Amino acid sequence: MLDTNTTIKLFSFLGSGLCMGFGAIGAALGEGFTAGLATQAIAQRPEQSGEVVKNMLVGQAIAESAAIFALVVTLILLFSEPETNNVLLAWAALGGGLSMGLSAIGSGIGAGFPAGTACLGIVRQPANSGKILTSMLIGSAVCQTPAIFGMVVSFLLIFLNYSSVPLYPGWAALLGAGLATGLATIGPGLGNGFTAMDAVSGVARNPRIGKDLNKVMLIALSVAQSTAIYGFLVSLMLIFMDTKENMTMAASMALIAAGLCSGFGGVGPGIGIGFAGAKACDAIARRPEETTLLTRTMLIGQAVTESTGIYALVVSLLLLTVC
Amino acid sequence: MAIDGPDFVKGVAMLGAGIAMGLGAIGPGVGEGFTAGKACEAIGRKPEEAGLLTRTMLVGQAVAESTGIYSLVIALLLLFVV
Repeated sequence: MLDTNTTIKLFSFLGSGLCMGFGAIGAALGEGFTAGLATQAIAQRPEQSGEVVKNMLVGQAIAESAAIFALVVTLILLFSEPETNNVLLAWAALGGGLSMGLSAIGSGIGAGFPAGTACLGIVRQPANSGKILTSMLIGSAVCQTPAIFGMVVSFLLIFLNYSSVPLYPGWAALLGAGLATGLATIGPGLGNGFTAMDAVSGVARNPRIGKDLNKVMLIALSVAQSTAIYGFLVSLMLIFMDTKENMTMAASMALIAAGLCSGFGGVGPGIGIGFAGAKACDAIARRPEETTLLTRTMLIGQAVTESTGIYALVVSLLLLTVC
Repeated sequence: MAIDGPDFVKGVAMLGAGIAMGLGAIGPGVGEGFTAGKACEAIGRKPEEAGLLTRTMLVGQAVAESTGIYSLVIALLLLFVV
């Protein structure tokens, strides 16, 4: 049997590996997408290459930040020395690594999408590159919020003190908290990327309505965040809940299941809501006179899409209270 | 942690409930969002058919929702009946 200190080290190393491994997926995919579209844009107008490369690098830097968050958490997990001899710190380290690593996937991919279409937009509308860059920066920055939720949860998990928390079912609460935010943020990150991508190409198509389009984009982006917020909420409840010692397996499994439920449940609605927002932005850029009608349709469609995310939240809350 | 038979069954039922609703929510979410997106695209082309298109969108989404509701029912059954 391992002693407690070795167990904590072991789980920290496992958590840091998972964190950096998952965390590298998204940013790499997103930046590759940006670079691909930048190349395509330069091929269309080689004389604009300086502007395109500048835009590509700005966009890639934002997409990279999700991976940098993951790197920071990885290094903390690798080099931190456990202060207390509490085996719950091992589970907290694993949960923290999973939370940050998984949440970087969606944000990294998503932030790459608007950066790529901005490169194409700049060669199409060189005179309006400022407006295109503004929309891209807003869109990419909002794409990072899911990764920031993941980082907050992993810092909470890693740095809190668990001396008053019982091991059973505390271990499940900490692992579940990591999974809830980690998984739930994948979808909203990707979905935000879709919306911002079409909004940026809409601004490039019709720069006159840039401001209105940014407004609709921000509405769509914030609706897509909602399932990430449900996951974040369930994580916070799992971390801060007043757990009574309960040796049954059912109590532990209920807490892990609560995390998995709101986690997986957030993926689909996040992607779907983002897709609806993307097509609405695209349609508004073609027909600005129908902005009100299109925004209304988008919101109705997004509200219906949200429903399964809400079912998942309800089942998670039931699982939290059932044992 | 001592695990006996009924506790094991209860624990696995809890885990099953979480997985059923969690994974079950992915498909309807993506599908309904795709429907909403295409409806926006179509209204952008033909704004005069907005009423018809919104109705069709909602009917399609209601059908796509059904598997999400199956997951919810199964999750609730696993939580409270098994």
